[in-house]
Parts: sequence; C-alpha cells; structure tokens
Amino acid sequence: MAYVETPPTPAVAASKMVTNGRWAGYRHLLGARMKELWREPEVIFWVFVFPLLLALGLGIAFRNKPADITTIAVVANSHAQQVIDLLQRSPAKTAIHADVLDANVAFDRFRLGKYALVVTADDSGLHYRYDPARPESVLARTQVDDVLQTASGRNSPLKTEATQSSQPGARYIDFLVPGLLGMNLMNSGMWGIGFAIVEMRQRKLLKRFVASPMRRTDFLLAMGSSRLVLMLIEVALLLGFGVLVFHMRVEGSLLAILLIGALGAVSFGGIGLLTASRAQKIETVSGLINLVMMPMWIFSGVFFSYERFPQIVQPAIKALPLTALNDALRAIILQGETLSSQAGRIIILAVWGGVSFLLALRWFRWT
Amino acid sequence: METVVSCRGLKKTYDRKVEAVRGLDLAIQAGECFGLLGPNGAGKTTTIEILEGLLTPTSGEVEILGMTWQAHEQELREWLGVSLQETRLSEKLTVRETLELFASFYHRPNSVPAVLEELSLGEKADALVGKLSGGQKQRLAVATALVGNPKILFLDEPTTGLDPQSRRQLWDIIRQFQQGRGTVLLTTHYMDEAERLCDRLAIIDHGQIIAAGTPSELSARLSGHHVVEFALSDAVNDDGVWSRLPGVQAVRNEDGHFSLQVEEPHETIPALLSVVQQKGARLVHLTTRQASLEDVFVQLTGRHLREE
Ligand SMILES: Nc1ncnc2c1ncn2[C@@H]1O[C@H](COP(=O)(O)OP(=O)(O)OP(=O)(O)O)[C@@H](O)[C@H]1O
Ligand SMILES: [Mg+2]
Repeated sequence: MAYVETPPTPAVAASKMVTNGRWAGYRHLLGARMKELWREPEVIFWVFVFPLLLALGLGIAFRNKPADITTIAVVANSHAQQVIDLLQRSPAKTAIHADVLDANVAFDRFRLGKYALVVTADDSGLHYRYDPARPESVLARTQVDDVLQTASGRNSPLKTEATQSSQPGARYIDFLVPGLLGMNLMNSGMWGIGFAIVEMRQRKLLKRFVASPMRRTDFLLAMGSSRLVLMLIEVALLLGFGVLVFHMRVEGSLLAILLIGALGAVSFGGIGLLTASRAQKIETVSGLINLVMMPMWIFSGVFFSYERFPQIVQPAIKALPLTALNDALRAIILQGETLSSQAGRIIILAVWGGVSFLLALRWFRWT
Repeated sequence: METVVSCRGLKKTYDRKVEAVRGLDLAIQAGECFGLLGPNGAGKTTTIEILEGLLTPTSGEVEILGMTWQAHEQELREWLGVSLQETRLSEKLTVRETLELFASFYHRPNSVPAVLEELSLGEKADALVGKLSGGQKQRLAVATALVGNPKILFLDEPTTGLDPQSRRQLWDIIRQFQQGRGTVLLTTHYMDEAERLCDRLAIIDHGQIIAAGTPSELSARLSGHHVVEFALSDAVNDDGVWSRLPGVQAVRNEDGHFSLQVEEPHETIPALLSVVQQKGARLVHLTTRQASLEDVFVQLTGRHLREE
C-alpha cells in the first residue's frame, strides 16, 4: 500500500513554483503579526498613547499643587525646633505647614510630591532642598526664606544655601516614568501574547496553523520577536516623552535600558504564554491576566514606592517580576547603575519568564 | 488503484462519554473525490480531523500516503491541504498577505498570484479578510489549502451557508484540483453536492457508516427508483390503501404529505388518481422524481438529513 511517487499536476501551473527556505515561515509570521498590530487602533492606543497620557496627567497633577497652604518638611535635628519657633512667630504661619521628620523620610516624601520643600538647619545656617521644575516648590522656597529671615530680624540675615533637587530620581515624574515603562511592558506582554494566542485558539486559527507544516517553534519565536520590536518603540516613546516634556535626565546607558526592557518584555511574554496555555475562551484568559497583573499594579511600585508597605511583606514584593523590572529600570535610568549591579533583579525576571515558558510549553494546547 | 487515505476501526470517545465515532473503515483512492455525508453531529468533523492528524483517535489506525501520523507528521503536512469547518482567518490581513503567510509554511508551495487567479480572488487580493463576503471567505479558506500544492485536499463542509452560485464556483475549483490528479475528501450535509461532486461517498450516522458506494449505487439500493409525492385537500381515512397500489414499495406520510417509493410511476399514478376520486378527495399537489440520496438516508434512518 506504499504510496508511489507521482508528481501531481496541481490545479495551479507548476512552472510558477517557488521554494521556501528555513526561515520563510518565521519571517512571514512576524510580518503578519506586526501588520495585524499596526492595523488595530486599540493596540496603538493602549500600548503607545495611554501610557503617555498617564505620564502627562500625573506629571501635571504633581506639578500644579494648590499653593494656598505650603507644606514643608523640617529635618529632625537639634536645630529643628528653632526653625519651627521662627515659623510660629511669623504672621504668615497659617499659610505654612511644617512637619519635623527624619532626613530620609523627609527627602522621600519630598520626592513623591508630599512636601514642597525640605529645610535642614545646622550650625552653618539653613539648607533648602527644592525642585525648580515644580512651581509650588520654587514658591515655597521664596516664601519660607522670607518668613524665616523676617522672623529672625532682617538686620542679622541667616546664612542660607539652596540645593536644587533636579538630580536624577528627585522628582515624581522621574520616579513615575520608569514605573510606567515597566507596567507597560507587563501589560503589553500579557495581552499581546496571552490574549492574542487565546483569541487565535478560539478562532481555530491555531488549529489551522498546525494543520500546515508550520514549525510551532517559529510561531512562538515570531510572537516573542514581535514583543521585542514593540518594546523598542515603547521605551523610545516613554523615555523620549519624559526627556522632551519633563526634562528628565537619563543617566544609565541606553543599551542597558534596552537589554533590561527586552528581558522584561520576554519574561512577561512567557508569563502571558502560560496564562494562555489552556484557556479556550478570551473571557477566561482576560480574567486570568487581570488576576496575575492586579497584585503587581498594587505592590510593585508603579505609581508610588512600595517601601510604604509593612516590612514583613517586602521580600515577597521584591520577588515579584514587575518589582524587579521597575527597580532595575529606575536604578539604570535614574541612578546610572550598570547592568551587572542589577544581577539579582535580572535573575528574578529570568526565572519568572523561564519557568513560565517551560510550563507553558508543557501544557500548551494548539487546538 | 492505489489507496492514499485509509483507516481501520476508527473510534473516538470525547471525555469518556460522547462516542462521536464508533468503528469506521475507509479507503480512499488516488484521484477520487470522496464524500462523507451525514446530519449534524454524525461525526464527520471528528473523522476528518483524525485523518488530518489534528485529533488522536481513541483506537484504530490511520494511514495517509502509506505513512502514519506518529512517524511522519512533518512530511505528511507538506502533502495535505486542509480547510477546517470553522476557521476565522485574521481579519486585519489582506487576502494576498494571508495566502503568502500560508505559502511560506511549505517547502514548495504554489505561487500566490496563480492561486489568487485560479480561485477568482484576484480582484480582492488587496482587500482585508474582514471585509470579504461569506462566499469569498470560504473560497479563501480553500485557497489556503491549495496554496501548499497538496496531493490530498481535506475540506470540512466547504460550501455550507453559501448561495447556489458560490457553491457551484467551489465545486468547479474542487473538480479542477481533481483533474490535476489530486485526491479530495470532503464532508457535507447537502445531498445534491454529494451526488454531483463525489465519485464515492459514505453516509455516516451516529459515528458509523450506514451505507457506502457511488451515488448511483446508493440510489439503486432503494427498493423503488422513483418517488411519487402528493398531498390531498382533505384528510382521508388512511386504511393502508396507498401501499396496496400497484408497484408501491414503501409509503411515508409526513403531516399529510405522502411519498411513495415506486418502480414504475406510469403504473402507480392512474391507480392513485382513481383511489383519490373514490374517496371524494382532491389532489393539491402531485410530483414524481428520481429517488435521491436524501431518500436513501430517509429509508436507512427514518430521518431527514437536515432536520430543523
Ligand atoms: N471537543 C468535543 N468534546 C465533546 N464532544 C464533542 C467534541 N467535539 C464534538 N463532540 C461531539 O461529537 C459528536 C460528533 O461531532 P462532530 O463535530 O464530529 O459532528 P459533525 O458530523 O461534524 O457535525 P456537523 O455537521 O454539525 O458539523 C457530536 O455529538 C458532538 O457533540
Ligand atoms: Mg462538522
């Protein structure tokens, strides 16, 4: 019953036959994926426009605080009470609210926008820490200095020194942009891989693909590569936006940022693949994706620092992939750290992505 | 004659409960168009997907081109063209892009422009798939199967839901493929499609073959080769008079619509008319036609193929 090789004369003229190389399938799958994404207006909005709007909105919100009451921090030391007394003596005391705090707490909250100014008094005089990019901060500096000088008597002016805190990581927007970038890489990895694959499964397109000689690894590779291409655009847009609109400074090397971005994109792609490995319906996978992402939105320090959570949960928070990604991005972008200094976080990301990918391969259903 | 697709003792039970296929033997010859005919839920899709290597049977053996799925999957895929019952191709790709994508999976595919031409999709080559009509989408699905330059074409209900003109267009495409020495296996629940298109067919019901052969062999199995259908103006006392008419082999009464299987209509009809007159009734409808596959199915199962 062996089949005798008889070249079929197909419905289509044989003279026009083509021969495909090893990577033809991969190239076309990647091309098709990119075209599909590009032609989907929702994707453009959620992946590219939404994060920029978020950055713009939050950036502006934290710049334009109502300035009727100026909230400042005074660093707790032996001279702190002196400063408070001077403020109390001033007629403008109702317009200024001052809290005495430990230095690191004070600077942390200043960075998050809670305080407009940090005053440190010592033997040599007064030190102001303010943010020239925040109007209320500039205002607070002038106002507080004025009050303190008046209260202590104009004839014996206090010696003052001001530090502009436009150094990396000092403003809220600097803190925010890397967090948004991390969140965006997570969102688009989970939706762009997880949701997209379940949709193809539901449409029986995956089944149709495996009915052809398509290599399954090529398909997964193409999905992964499409994430890398999008990652490049996401990084360029968000960082470019931060630099151009908010005069952010990028301290670390661009290559290091891109490598971390690529690792993040691929890791979340792996987690997305795992959520998509068995689900038959897009409703199921949407629920799963939100379930996986929800804790990270809350705990991984996208919009505010996770240090506010109790000490006991800190190790768990730091083990989350988005925390590792956000921290690594912040360290490189804001502090100019090197890749090797981020080895621990890189390992966390790689383990999450790698283990998810292996489990996904084991459980994956094409039909 | 060489057998290119065969299966023996095929069984498939879903979730240990649903017996979708219950012992099926098929042998499909090179160059023929073989049809699997059956009502909804008969097990057609399950059978064809097992043959396509997309489902594993609970038991039984499958051989395609002398090879098995376990040993030669990658090679077999190069030789098969498949169109599934319901695939929604990416709506955001154009017709040409879709075909180029599928062509890229094969080592030696057909040229995309030639396939576009062949399936009269040339005009729509640059239209998005989402904007195609149902018939055009169906043709594109068949095109994705043909673009790989297959030896065997598997089509699961390729013409369901199409208007008569689009159906005929697809039949032409299938015949053309067959003329190039291709083998076709298709499923359908249209009798006329099976009769006109298929060289041989198997009628499936409840996961089993209940009859197989060429369309004319199957029709000849009917005890009478003709069918006389009629309806009366008033309900009359039916005392088995119809079955006693000359030449009548079988009688069916569906809500006052009678169909008689007869050998010679010219002997039956005069007798029928006089009985109607005797009973004082009036005919509102009388036709006679050749027995069809539908009648075969009704005779074998007592049900119609397409039950609403
Ligand atoms: N994945 C599945 N899980 C459980 N039962 C299934 C599954 N697929 C099909 N069945 C059942 O198996 C039987 C045969 O289904 P199948 O799809 O093969 O029928 P079909 O002849 O193709 O019908 P149709 O003409 O409606 O396409 C049906 O009773 C169906 O409900
Ligand atoms: Mg079916």
